[in-house]
Amino acid sequence: MIKIEVDMTKCQHYGQCVFEAPNIFRLNSDDKLEYTAEADDSERANVEAAVDVCPMQAIRIVE
Amino acid sequence: MAHPVVIVGASMGGLRCAEALRRFGYLGPITIIGEEPWKPYNRPPLSKEVLAKEVSHSAVAFEERSATADVNWVLGTKAISLDVEHNTVTDSEGETHPYAALVIATGLRPKRIVVRNSELSNRFALRTLDDAMALREQLQPGKNVVIVGGGFIGCEVAATAKKLGANVTVIHNAAHPMLRQLGEELASQLQLRHEAEGVRFMLKRSVEDLIGETKITGVKVDDGTVLDCDVLVEAVGSIANVEWLSNNNIDRNDGVLVDSAMRVMRKDDSPIKNVFAIGDVARFANPIFDHVPRRVEHWNMPTETAKRAASVIAAMLNQAPNYPAILDDDFRPLPSFWSDQYENHLLAFGLTSLADRAELVAGEISGECVFEYYREDQLVGVCGIGMRSVVQGYRSKFI
Ligand SMILES: Cc1cc2nc3c(=O)[nH]c(=O)nc-3n(C[C@H](O)[C@H](O)[C@H](O)COP(=O)(O)OP(=O)(O)OC[C@H]3O[C@@H](n4cnc5c(N)ncnc54)[C@H](O)[C@@H]3O)c2cc1C
Ligand code: SF4
Repeated sequence: MIKIEVDMTKCQHYGQCVFEAPNIFRLNSDDKLEYTAEADDSERANVEAAVDVCPMQAIRIVE
Repeated sequence: MAHPVVIVGASMGGLRCAEALRRFGYLGPITIIGEEPWKPYNRPPLSKEVLAKEVSHSAVAFEERSATADVNWVLGTKAISLDVEHNTVTDSEGETHPYAALVIATGLRPKRIVVRNSELSNRFALRTLDDAMALREQLQPGKNVVIVGGGFIGCEVAATAKKLGANVTVIHNAAHPMLRQLGEELASQLQLRHEAEGVRFMLKRSVEDLIGETKITGVKVDDGTVLDCDVLVEAVGSIANVEWLSNNNIDRNDGVLVDSAMRVMRKDDSPIKNVFAIGDVARFANPIFDHVPRRVEHWNMPTETAKRAASVIAAMLNQAPNYPAILDDDFRPLPSFWSDQYENHLLAFGLTSLADRAELVAGEISGECVFEYYREDQLVGVCGIGMRSVVQGYRSKFI
């Protein structure tokens, strides 16, 4: 399992992460970020890619 | 022992390349040589939220991943020459680094304005953490801040300086700030929003002279106006860091020319098999748009080009049977750009600066809105203020 943390004080809801890891991140109907805080190891590569593309560098994988 | 992959530039591109090398199965040594004393950090906050608060390395540093824990960092050291015949890089300490593959990630440095009084103090440019720390100290309430250059960095610094209580004037050589990237309608709208916050623009103007004894006190504009000035910020574009590559027959005319595998091209148009360039310094053709090689100074490009180079290097050094196939892979990364100025959060895809016209397609120009950018009939970009889902929905339209 991996744990995912998004610093919501940094996140500007750009939605770049949604594209890299659609199973974890989504924009809701108000264009605000929602995410799943725990995921299977098989999602690690996608979540790392999401970390890479987040303009605010708001996403962390907590080991 | 096998020679390492040497990465020059402890930049975002350099870091992402090291990480991707591990992900693609390269287990050998990696050396990263960087001129700055810092491990890689994120530059965009330096003109935005971090400049508005407290500038420190920890506020902008990239998180370190376990995969790259064994990287050999050579920081505070500049690469000064390259020898592609003998596969070596020499650094400013006189050390020679042999490499199995070399990655050039040396990015850009700011252009400076050329004027008579150029030795005056309190002139700033913004590229590095050290630049931002020095500038932050000067951005105090009531200070007269003059910004030369109304591109994105100039406008972001204007917004931040305004928030910090300074008096801000922007001198820009076009009819509107950010005109080249955003087009007439959106650029003039953002100008209005800056003016509503109290920023003053002097448009189609340039700096004629600086005034002062040792420290700058004024700026003379080319229409004769003299502006009081405590702090001058020069945001007039950048120059690629390519001087150290001389004498290798490399095409380094405005950045380093690379092929679609990020391999550096010789002047005779043949690739050097084990030398790569990534990030802001790399000039390459993106088939999404056309076959013209360009440097793209968008934040997602260092990561995209780093991953592409790493896939090729790992396959080459691991002697993977699919190396030729990987070399031939299509590489068409979609540029993406954002900017934060006050409460205006812009997000763009594509290359809006290639467009000859822009069209409002959603929202209201006075509020949240989305523009499409066309070069003749080809969609080359999209940019929105807010309206994220609409803007994100365009990704699939650029393929
Ligand atoms: C203030 C600011 C705000 C920005 N805001 C945005 C934004 O909002 N949105 C966006 O899309 N993009 C933005 N950008 C652009 C983005 O940050 C860049 O595209 C990105 O940083 C480029 O990364 P890079 O890896 O190519 O190299 P760089 O970040 O340029 O790093 C190159 C490194 O190489 C080092 N170096 C140079 N020469 C040598 C040498 N000979 N030997 C050793 N080391 C050397 C340099 O010291 C530097 O550390 C901004 C840039 C700045 C400066
Ligand atoms: S990419 Fe970053 S800023 Fe954008 S929505 Fe995801 S976490 Fe938030």
